[in-house]
Amino acid sequence: MRVLEHERAVTAWVETLAGPDTATLRLGGSWRLAHLAGLDRDLIAALARLLEAPPRRARIVADGLDQLDTAGGWLIVRTIRALEAARVTVELVGARPAHAALLELLRGSEAAPCDPPPRDHPWLRLVLRTGAGTVHAAQEGARFLSFAGAVTLSLLRQLLRPRTLRLTSIVHHIEQTGVNAIPIIAIMAFFIGIVLAYQGADQLRQFGAEIFTVNLVAVSTLRELGVLLTAIMVAGRSGSAFTAQIGTMKVNEELDAMEVIGLDRLAVLVTPRLVALAVSLPLLTFLANLMALVGGGLVVVLLLDIPTVLLLRQLQAAVGIDLFVAGMIKAPVFAVLIAAIGCYMGLQVEGNAESVGRLTTQSVVVSIFAVIVVDALFSMLFATFGI
Amino acid sequence: MAEPEHVIPEHVIEVEGLVTTFGATTVHEGLSLRVRRGEIMAVVGGSGTGKSVLVRAITGLLRPKSGSIRLFGEDLGALGDAARQALRARTGMLFQDGALFGSLTVAQNIEVPLSTWHRLRPGLLDELAGLKLALVGLPPAAGSKYPAELSGGMRKRAGLARALALDPEILFLDEPTAGLDPIAAAAFDELIRSLQAALGLTVVMITHDLDTLQRTADRIAVLVDKDTTIGTLAELRANPHPWIQAYFAGPRGRAAAGGES
Repeated sequence: MRVLEHERAVTAWVETLAGPDTATLRLGGSWRLAHLAGLDRDLIAALARLLEAPPRRARIVADGLDQLDTAGGWLIVRTIRALEAARVTVELVGARPAHAALLELLRGSEAAPCDPPPRDHPWLRLVLRTGAGTVHAAQEGARFLSFAGAVTLSLLRQLLRPRTLRLTSIVHHIEQTGVNAIPIIAIMAFFIGIVLAYQGADQLRQFGAEIFTVNLVAVSTLRELGVLLTAIMVAGRSGSAFTAQIGTMKVNEELDAMEVIGLDRLAVLVTPRLVALAVSLPLLTFLANLMALVGGGLVVVLLLDIPTVLLLRQLQAAVGIDLFVAGMIKAPVFAVLIAAIGCYMGLQVEGNAESVGRLTTQSVVVSIFAVIVVDALFSMLFATFGI
Repeated sequence: MAEPEHVIPEHVIEVEGLVTTFGATTVHEGLSLRVRRGEIMAVVGGSGTGKSVLVRAITGLLRPKSGSIRLFGEDLGALGDAARQALRARTGMLFQDGALFGSLTVAQNIEVPLSTWHRLRPGLLDELAGLKLALVGLPPAAGSKYPAELSGGMRKRAGLARALALDPEILFLDEPTAGLDPIAAAAFDELIRSLQAALGLTVVMITHDLDTLQRTADRIAVLVDKDTTIGTLAELRANPHPWIQAYFAGPRGRAAAGGES
C-alpha cells in the first residue's frame, strides 16, 4: 500500500490509501457546510487519482467522523456513486448509527444536480427577443383595439339608457382625478408660466422685444403646454391609479366575483372612469392655462416692468378664441386615451402582485407616449387646415 | 450534531416573560415557552392569539416589548447584529406560501442561503440544490422552474428545501399544511417527520390542522389567555380550560382523534 494523499485539515479531512485490490478512503472531522469547499476539492482530486487505475473494491471508513450534515453526506454519496459507476464495489464501514442513517437516506433519494437555466447564444437571444417583442406588440395592439371597441359599445349602450350610467361612481372619480388634482396642477402650471416667461424674456430682450414675452407664454401654453403637461401629470397620477385599482381587484378575484354575480365589468369599472376623466381633464387644463398665464404675467409685470394694462392689451391681441379652442379640444381626447390605457392595463394584470407593479409602470409610460404621439397628430391636422 | 466545545442546552428555545403589543392591544402578556432539542413543538391557538407574532419574535423579525428570548442558550436581545445573523444561519423558516423569490428559479432560491454564508463553486451549489430538492420530494426538473410555475404544494416543498439549505438545527414552519389537499397534507406531515428523524431537527410549527397535530407533534403549545399551555395531546385533552376543551374535544378534534383510538 502506498499513501496517495494525506490531507489533514484541523477540522475535516479525507485520507486516501490505494492498494492493488482495495482502496481505502478514511474520513474524519466535521463534515459540514463550513468545510465543504475544501472537502469537495480534496475528494474530486482523490477520486480522479483513484480512477486512473480503478481498484476492484473500495472501503470508506467513517469512524473518524465527528459531525455530518446533509451537505457533507452528499459528498460521500456522490463519491460512492462515482466509484460504483466505475464498477468498484464500495463498502461503508465504521459510521455511527446516526451518520449511517443519514447516508442511507441520502443514497435512497434520487438527488441529481440542478441544471443551470438553459441560455441561448446571445445573438439568438437578440433575434428571439426582437421577434417576440414585435409579435407581442402587435397582439397587444389588436387586444387594445378590441377593448376600445367593447368600451365604446358599452358606453353607447349606457348613454342610450342614461339611468344605467353609474353617477355615484362617476362623481367619485371626478373627485379623485379632478378635484384632488387641483393643487398640484395649479402649482405646476404656475411655475411653467414663470419658467417660460423668464427664458422668453431673456432671449427677446436682445431684440428689444420684451413685450412679446406675453405672446410667447400665451400661445405656447394655451395651444400646447397647458394641455400637454396637464395630460402627462394626470397620466402619472390617475392613469396609474386606474391600473393599480383594477389590477388589485383582479388579483383579489373581485373581477371574477363581478362576472359571477352578473355585473358588466366594463360598465362598472371602465366607463365611469372614462367619463370622469373626460370631464376632469378639460377642467384641469383650463385651470392650468389660467395659472400659467398668471405665472408668466407675474414675471412680465415684476421683472420686465411692463404695466398690467399693457400686458392685458398685448394678451388680447395675441390670443384669439381659436387658439384657446385648439388647445382645449385636445383635452377630452387625451382624457379618453389615458383612461382607456389605464383601465386596459389594469385588466391585463395576471394573478400576482408583481404584475400589478409592472403594468402600472407600463400604463404610465404607454399613456404619456400615446398622449405625445396624438398631440403631434393634432399639430399636423391643425397645420393642414391652417388653424 | 452539536458543537463539541459547547455544553448542549437541554432547551434550544427559551422564551421567558414575553410581552408584545400592537398599539393598545396586548398580544402576549408574560408568555413563556421552552422547546427541547429534537422535538416537534406545535403552536396552536385561535385567530389573533399571536401564533405568528410569537414565531416572528423568536426568529427576530419582531422586537418584543419586554421579556427574554434565548436561542441555543444565547439571549437574542443582548446579541450584536453579527452574532444574531450567525444564529439565524442555524435556523430555517418556511413561510406560509413559501415566500420564494419570484425572480429566481427554485434552484437559485435554494442556493441563496448557501452562497450568502459559504463560498462554494457553482457546480457544487447546483449539486446541493438538487440534493435538497430530492430530500423534500421534488423532481430534479422543478429546479429550473420559477415559483409562479409551481402548484401551492410544490411551492411549500420548494420553500422547505430553501429552509433546509443550511442544515438548520431549528426549523420554523408557518401553517405547513394550510391550503393542501388531504393527501398532499398527509405526505407533508410524513416528510416533516422523516426529515426531523433523519436530520435531528427541532421543529416549531404553527398549525390549525388537527391531523397534523395528531401525526407529527411531540408536544403542543396552546396560546390561550395571552400565555401558553404546553402538553402532549393526551395531556391537553384532559385540560379543563374551556377553549382547549372546545378545540380538542370539539367535533373536528374528535374526528381527528378517531383515526387513532
